[in-house]
Amino acid sequence: MNTALHFTMQWNDWLDFFNHYLSLSLLSVGGAITTAPEMHRYLVVQQHWLTEQQFNASIAIAQAAPGPNVLFIALMGWNVGSNAGGLLSGLFGAFVPMTGILLPSTTLSYLAARWGHENRELRAVRAFKQGMAPIVIALIIATGWILSSTHSNPSEDWLLWLLTLATALIMWRGKVHMLWLLAAGAFLGWCGLV
Amino acid sequence: MPLNPSMKALEDRPRPQSLTDLFVSFTLLALQGFGGVLTIVQYALVEKKRWLTNEEFVEDWAVAQIMPGPNVVNLALMIGGRHFGLAGALAAMAGMLAVPMALVLLLALVYAQYTDHAGVAGALRGMGAVAAGLIVATGLRLFGAVKANPMGIPVCIALGVSCFVTVGLLHWPLIYVLMILGATACCLAYRKLQP
Repeated sequence: MNTALHFTMQWNDWLDFFNHYLSLSLLSVGGAITTAPEMHRYLVVQQHWLTEQQFNASIAIAQAAPGPNVLFIALMGWNVGSNAGGLLSGLFGAFVPMTGILLPSTTLSYLAARWGHENRELRAVRAFKQGMAPIVIALIIATGWILSSTHSNPSEDWLLWLLTLATALIMWRGKVHMLWLLAAGAFLGWCGLV
Repeated sequence: MPLNPSMKALEDRPRPQSLTDLFVSFTLLALQGFGGVLTIVQYALVEKKRWLTNEEFVEDWAVAQIMPGPNVVNLALMIGGRHFGLAGALAAMAGMLAVPMALVLLLALVYAQYTDHAGVAGALRGMGAVAAGLIVATGLRLFGAVKANPMGIPVCIALGVSCFVTVGLLHWPLIYVLMILGATACCLAYRKLQP
């Protein structure tokens, strides 16, 4: 990546980086990606630790790569560390914001899940789980919809839409393994067909 | 109240055998999850390994979703924690993150050389479209989980459609939708359930 950014990270910079992600953690309801606009403000606009291109590439690579999408934060930290130093600094950089963003939210989730499991007979706990069921299912469908509607030009992108629709139908009703479908999508895209 | 499926004896069902089993299982799941891990997690844990029923998956997902932080990481640590306590939660979470993180950093190094390659960009676009379809299909497959819901199917459909419209079409911030629709739904369910 052709970076135009050169700076050094002092310990207080790393600490600030860590604290910033620590404070974002409990705000990230619906996934860490919901706080991406704030990360952009902090990393690109305020601190000048990342270029615009690096910021966008971090999100794109993490979404395409296997694994949870939250790894985009490791990539951002990796880029910050690499901009400031070399490979080691990059590796350290990957861990700093990942630890920050995960520590508070996972602690809270663990305690909440344990409490919920111990009190699963309570009417309020059962009402929460039963009440939320249709909402979270619809949220999953909405997520798929939002991902596909980033292709917003119908005349050019109708083939992508068709691919998404076909995938949804095959996977819903059929017995094809999803890795075959992903491979087919990659192949069609590689050949420039979608 | 009819016997809740989650109350069937836990022992006579498939379950993770050890911390290593948890770590390896979640590592393999994560590595198959292109464009998000939810699809493969539901498929593998519910339909292949049968550690959870569809209903339990939706219940756990509701908690994972409403808590801050990455949903699939929350889900992994809940499942690990249920079987092996804190150690299980950490093993499942480490499985979800450790190897994929190493891989994504490697990919970033390689990707830097191919950003302008038309084939690579096209392949990523194609995989993105498929990944979106997979997520939609996961939602559709889970819909069976509300069949026995005490609120009744019509109310469930009304809630689901409102959620899809506000989040998917109107792009309202998730936190408001969860608060307004979620509170409504929980009150409705509370009234239908026996005390």
